[in-house]
Amino acid sequence: MNKVENNKAWFLVLPMLLLVAFSAIIPLMTVVNYSVQDILGRSAFFVGSEWFVQTLNDSRLQSALMRQFAFSFTILAIQVPLGIAIALLMPKKGWQASAVLILITLPLLVPWNVVGSMWQIFTRGDIGLMGYGIRQLGYPYNITRNASDAWITIIIMDVWHWTPLIALLCYSGLRAIPEAYYQAAQIDRASKWAVFRYIQLPKLTNVLVIGVLLRFMHSFMIYAEPFVLTGGGPGSSTTFLSQTLATMAIGQQDLGPSAAFSIIYFLIILAVSYVFYVTIMNMQKDKADNISGGA
Amino acid sequence: MAEIRLRSLAHTYETDPQSPQDYAIREMEHVWHQGGAYALLGPSGCGKSTMLNIISGLLRPSDGDVIFDSRIVNDLSPQERNIAQVFQFPVIYDTMTVFDNLAFPLRNVKKPEHMVMPRVHEVADILELTHLLKRKAKNLTADEKQKVSMGRGLVRDDVSAILFDEPLTVIDPQLKWKLRRKLKQIHEQFNITMIYVTHDQLEASTFAEKIAVMYEGQIVQFGTPRELFEKPAHTFVGFFIGSPGMNFLDVEATEQGMQFGDITIPVSQKRLKVAREATSDNLKLGIRPEFIHVWDDRNSEAFEVTVKDMEDLGTYRIMTFWFGDALMKARLHEDQRIPQKKAWISFPEQWLNVYIDEFRVEVDDE
Amino acid sequence: MSQSTMTNTQAQSASPEKTAEEGLTRAVSRQKGESVGRNRFLLSIYLVFTLLPIYWLINMSLKSNREILSVFSLWPQALTFDSYIKILTDPSWYMGYVNSLTYVAMNMTISILVALPAAYAFSRFKFIGDKHLFFWLLTNLMAPPAVFLLPYFQLYYTVGLFDTHIAVALAHCLFNIPLAVWILEGFMSSVPKEVDETAYIDGYSFPAFFIKIFIPMIRSGIGVTLFFLFMFSWVELLLARTLTATNAQPIGAIMTRTSTASGVDWSTLAAAGVLTIVPGILVVYFVRNHIAKGFALGRT
Repeated sequence: MNKVENNKAWFLVLPMLLLVAFSAIIPLMTVVNYSVQDILGRSAFFVGSEWFVQTLNDSRLQSALMRQFAFSFTILAIQVPLGIAIALLMPKKGWQASAVLILITLPLLVPWNVVGSMWQIFTRGDIGLMGYGIRQLGYPYNITRNASDAWITIIIMDVWHWTPLIALLCYSGLRAIPEAYYQAAQIDRASKWAVFRYIQLPKLTNVLVIGVLLRFMHSFMIYAEPFVLTGGGPGSSTTFLSQTLATMAIGQQDLGPSAAFSIIYFLIILAVSYVFYVTIMNMQKDKADNISGGA
Repeated sequence: MAEIRLRSLAHTYETDPQSPQDYAIREMEHVWHQGGAYALLGPSGCGKSTMLNIISGLLRPSDGDVIFDSRIVNDLSPQERNIAQVFQFPVIYDTMTVFDNLAFPLRNVKKPEHMVMPRVHEVADILELTHLLKRKAKNLTADEKQKVSMGRGLVRDDVSAILFDEPLTVIDPQLKWKLRRKLKQIHEQFNITMIYVTHDQLEASTFAEKIAVMYEGQIVQFGTPRELFEKPAHTFVGFFIGSPGMNFLDVEATEQGMQFGDITIPVSQKRLKVAREATSDNLKLGIRPEFIHVWDDRNSEAFEVTVKDMEDLGTYRIMTFWFGDALMKARLHEDQRIPQKKAWISFPEQWLNVYIDEFRVEVDDE
Repeated sequence: MSQSTMTNTQAQSASPEKTAEEGLTRAVSRQKGESVGRNRFLLSIYLVFTLLPIYWLINMSLKSNREILSVFSLWPQALTFDSYIKILTDPSWYMGYVNSLTYVAMNMTISILVALPAAYAFSRFKFIGDKHLFFWLLTNLMAPPAVFLLPYFQLYYTVGLFDTHIAVALAHCLFNIPLAVWILEGFMSSVPKEVDETAYIDGYSFPAFFIKIFIPMIRSGIGVTLFFLFMFSWVELLLARTLTATNAQPIGAIMTRTSTASGVDWSTLAAAGVLTIVPGILVVYFVRNHIAKGFALGRT
């Protein structure tokens, strides 16, 4: 689409801008402010980059960051293919389609702390179906003692919680493919794999980019669920970034270092997301070329 | 390569059809001979695309059989019927190049690459796509995309038939004409059965040797363009083919001839007999504007009529006149005298058609 | 695809022998049908995985605490609705739901109202800084609430909005408005610009065009957007809990009181959890057709 050059469009954007700025910029300024000062009671000293240096060398944060990356990539590697597969399996029309759609979506609509509680109840060795069941099978499952049990449980919980988002987006993306494409593929004697590879997957790129971006960002923010389920333990095996930061900022009143790290953390997400963003923009530019070429 | 026969074929989209109106295709018999170039002509919603999809296997008919040569293929999918179909709007595989798009139907059946290459180039050459072969298909214009879609149909040289579902809708008029000629050339070159669906009579008659006219889910006539023009088997064909369409008069059969109001129009005894024996009172006389005889002067055979309107269309004129209380049209040559207010016309017997219940009365003297 | 299975079953029932008349053969499809059965089976496994934890929650909510802790059973032995009755009759409990729904509704209204014109601007016009602005918007989706808790608390305390519904609604705008703009922009871009131009030629003013013509055209998009707005505002708890004390306390925060020094009140916790899922079911029920109709997000 050829957009019209019109700076009056700013008026349409302005209300949105003011609201978001109120919620985004002022708190961000505060964080930046903390990150360069040492606050003791009522007095504050400017310390420059000291907190940044200290933070970057803090092994606790470094390991939280490593755990975070491991977690984010693991869940993406599971959720994206699984979500696509489920979208492909879902019924296309009729009451079954509505029913499956609603059931699949359920986990997305559960408040995050309730997700934690739900899985806590589900995985407890004494009263939980999963915990009890696994122990009955002879494995001494215990998420408060065994770090790998806790880690795997959190992964399963996240897959349970968020795969529906990918599935939902892909399902919608699939429904947007005109029937003519499938007909043409049948006529062209395409195999099911060829249909997926050359028709479905290309048409899903947009929703997948958005899905992956949202999942990446949210997985970085994960806080409530592990906090409720494992409390970050055993030890710090399931303490992810947000929780580490929240503990530093609120629990220990380490405002400076935590603010500094917040900013580093923010920059990391920003960098990754920027790559995604540029990808989307290039894809849309391709399409725009396509449209103007067709005119 | 095959002869395609439709036996007692009918199709409905309803689960519980009640009346003939519920059928997209009403029970019919039809044969498309091997190697023919056919057009399937009709207004939108008459069941043309449904019939095409049934032939290709995208749809399974609710009744009857689709027979390729001596095989009933109802149970076969489009893949197994080995039939090519080109759709109204271009369908291309965005992520592939033009070459890969054209090669796709061949590679899907694992044709060796050394055979794919020359074939793709051959088809690209015919469709003038050679210079685009390396381009990504998604950046093409609508015209080019449709050519790629057609190319995927043409690239297969072993198909039973190629079906075209109004393939030139999105193409601009000049190119349309060129592509139609290309298709005809390809037909002559490869001798593949081609069925071409369209709602444009000009497109149908320039492409096809024989045209099937479809109306309300039925093939009402199957014939050469000339037959459709001279002896429309159904009032719809008379109305749909030709411009302007055929004139129709609601008449009654009497001993003297066809009675229209207080005017008697003479017809042959044979036809009159059939008409009088008919149980239906839905009786019509039809004559093409081209065949109405317009006399220069008063004449004993001619009826005197009142001219309503005269339309000059360059090489000919269309005269609209009142015949009794019916409005009719007649075509005048450009060198013919132009009647003022009054005109004298007659209906040559050999060009008069009698219709009972909308179908033409065929008598053996023809 | 059901069509080809039909083809398949019929092919098996019809024998491949020659039909009597005219020496016709009935061709038999050798193609493997789309294995609907297998697909259903795999999908069922996933659905069981999705529903089991929820089932367990419901199971717990219908038991008494004594039963929960004494015997392990797959369904309630002594069915009791006490936990639900307790929640639905005690204002200190059910006001939590009212509070949550209130700020969610406020947030949805605010977000959609400001996002609609903004998304229109992004989809139709080029203006100074548009690309930077759009990216900046997206960065807000990434802002980790856990990091901003303290600044938020200070900010809203200072402006006197602490412990009000509007405080939470505004705070959730941080991620919901960018999301709404993002989704709506995609839907709007798929509406051809000729629609706008025709309307202006027909003498519509911009507001009239926008409300009477444009918004009805992207109804589906608005439905899908509202679904996501509801979802992200309803499930967020960290900000909601930090910005409220008693008057606007969300249900998620109230639930923490089931955990006391004497142990956890599992039954009530489970019942409260079950009740948090209900509004979500209603919302997804209303937008199911918009989702099933398909959207590709962005220009396709």
